[in-house]
Amino acid sequence: MTTLAGAPSTDTTEMNIVQAVHDTLRDEMRRDDRVLVLGEDVGARGGVFRATHGFLDEFGSERVLDTPLDECLIAGVAIGLALDDMLPVAEMQFADFIFPAFNQIVSEAARIRYRSNGDFEVPMVIRAPWGGGVHGALYHSQSIEAFFAHVPGLKVVVPSTPYDIKGMLIEAIEDRDPVLFLEHKKTYRLIKGEVPAERYTVPLGRAAVRTEGDDVTVVAYGLMHHFCVEAAGRLHGEGIGVEVIDLRSIYPLDMDTVLTSVRKTGKAMIVHEDTKFLGVGGEVAAQIAEEAFDDLDAPVVRVAGPHIPAMPFSPTLEHRYLPDVDRLEVALRKLAEY
Amino acid sequence: MNELLRFIGDGDAIPDKPVPDGLDGKDLLEIYRWLVVLRTFDERAVALQRQGRLGTYALYWGEEATQSGPMYACRDTDWVFPTYRQSSIGALRGVSPATVLAWWRGYGGTHGFYNAREHRVAPICVPIATHLPHAVGLAYAAKLRRDPIAALAWFGEGASSEGDFHEAMNFASVWKVPAVFFCVNNQWAISTPFSKQTATATIVAKAAAYNMPATLVDGFDPIACWKATKDALERARGGGGPTLIEASCYRIGAHGTADDPKLYRDDADAARWRALEPVGRTAGYLTRLGVLDDTKRSAIAEEAKRLIADAVAEMESMDMPGREVLFDYVYARGRPDSFAEGLDELAAVRRPPEVQPLRPQAPPSTGDADAPKGLK
Ligand SMILES: Cc1ncc(C[n+]2csc(CCOP(=O)(O)OP(=O)(O)O)c2C)c(N)n1
Ligand SMILES: [Mg+2]
Repeated sequence: MTTLAGAPSTDTTEMNIVQAVHDTLRDEMRRDDRVLVLGEDVGARGGVFRATHGFLDEFGSERVLDTPLDECLIAGVAIGLALDDMLPVAEMQFADFIFPAFNQIVSEAARIRYRSNGDFEVPMVIRAPWGGGVHGALYHSQSIEAFFAHVPGLKVVVPSTPYDIKGMLIEAIEDRDPVLFLEHKKTYRLIKGEVPAERYTVPLGRAAVRTEGDDVTVVAYGLMHHFCVEAAGRLHGEGIGVEVIDLRSIYPLDMDTVLTSVRKTGKAMIVHEDTKFLGVGGEVAAQIAEEAFDDLDAPVVRVAGPHIPAMPFSPTLEHRYLPDVDRLEVALRKLAEY
Repeated sequence: MNELLRFIGDGDAIPDKPVPDGLDGKDLLEIYRWLVVLRTFDERAVALQRQGRLGTYALYWGEEATQSGPMYACRDTDWVFPTYRQSSIGALRGVSPATVLAWWRGYGGTHGFYNAREHRVAPICVPIATHLPHAVGLAYAAKLRRDPIAALAWFGEGASSEGDFHEAMNFASVWKVPAVFFCVNNQWAISTPFSKQTATATIVAKAAAYNMPATLVDGFDPIACWKATKDALERARGGGGPTLIEASCYRIGAHGTADDPKLYRDDADAARWRALEPVGRTAGYLTRLGVLDDTKRSAIAEEAKRLIADAVAEMESMDMPGREVLFDYVYARGRPDSFAEGLDELAAVRRPPEVQPLRPQAPPSTGDADAPKGLK
């Protein structure tokens, strides 16, 4: 375990998520010249979310590649770079546009180690802004974690605090396996937090308990975990104790933290904005059933996106697609009262 | 093959050429009127977005010739496949401009989308280049049915980097499919300049690899865009196979209303290209020909203004869809399995009309060492 123990000993700075991505990536590029970034508009524009702002000036166009408009190429070239001992951090402009690269990521990045008996490895990172709540309609709102977490050989992480972004991005770059690093775009400017100046890592595959409580366990990640913390705060006033667990990583999945909590509360709810059917919640619920059935006092509950192909553009419908704090509050109270 | 096709001069160094066969004065005025309608729509949409009455909007200021010319070359039976950059092109074919505006606002249709099937306008693809194989497939179906129509698809030069483009070109040429690939080379894909997109000097150069005829045209000249498309559509409908057209122009405006080109390019370049923009240049050409005068010109402008003003009023009178439509149109028959449960869950919460911002709230204390400090 390489995380900081207790309170950070060095200076900290308050920053938002996109700033944390930016600063961490910049510092890693300064530290190791094998780290490079590639993607659409990452150079002169500094990325559409400005995550690589100023990189072109500092590191030059050989390490900050504005690629042709082709995601398959971005992933494929990153794999090649990684095979030759570089540490590429590829950017998908939006998670919604990763699908042209699906073949490269699933058929190649995830399988090269296995099919070469460990002779080759693909230590690359693919960053992608995901999630809804920004009025982005069908193609700027999607959740893609379940597609990729299903694939052995890939790691899929979903940090959503500035502290975790830094620690997990460094860890992802150092990781010798391909890591899909998903950044919830609604949190980019919404969520702020203190980030220590010193270099530290947060291991991939360790959940964080955000609030402690004895009555209900709620497992979430991304924007939804922030909503859950807010709903928990409301219920706290009513004397209902909600333990909010931020998974932070889909694979590896930290079931120890989840099970410890569920054994205490006896009630579990899983929240994500991705479609419920065959989503992350299904896996977590199944493992709870397998490992902690005797500790449960209520059926496991999932609150998730509806079974429709994508986020509608209509503001009213987008609002109804995404679970929000009001809906979580209702669902949590109902479970607590079960 | 790679010589630039152009008819309209600039009244200065670039000379006028005679009007090509097939266009009379009435046609020229109609092509011009379409330019003006498109321009009026675009300027109004940008203004509405700035006022918060539309969502993010993809403007096309300066690219009107790449829409007016090719559309005028189509028969109503030909299918068109626009991108987000040609969102209002259906208005040239009977789609109500109010429908298009409502689409940008998220109020239109059932889910806030618009569908112009009856006008043979394909759904707008936001994922880049995905519609090109669709146009080819649809055209192949027409060929199988001996239906003498063609499919015309627009795309940007950036889209030519996606596999879908090459795959569509390849199939279309092997199977001699009645499709026309219309590339609007506006030199920019968001911030990526043409020189970073491809090492070829033109997009038409790529046609050779697929053994496909190609034409390079002045993308600010609607007559040139018309002529190239007209010839290509005729060849396609007659069994001669596909054509690649490259309309060379410049993206004078931003990529979209959320973009700021100052971050990555010199404004002075766009200002220089502005001199070639199609509305004024076409007006000059038609005036020199004696087809257009000031009276006609202002009548066309007034009519376009009225058309779009009416469309805005109509859009603003539309209601937002209710939540019960959320599960419609997922499958051909029936609603998704989780429909009833999903609707119950939604109904359980009385909610304000808009997405609530996340309110900062101090969470109860946490024992976790990794917990973010000072999370807001
Ligand atoms: C598959 C995919 N990748 C990325 C994007 C994001 N994106 C939207 S428009 C655009 C640039 C398109 O450039 P071009 O094809 O030249 O068309 P233009 O916008 O200039 O009309 C990009 C990268 C997308 N919509 N789809
Ligand atoms: Mg372009």
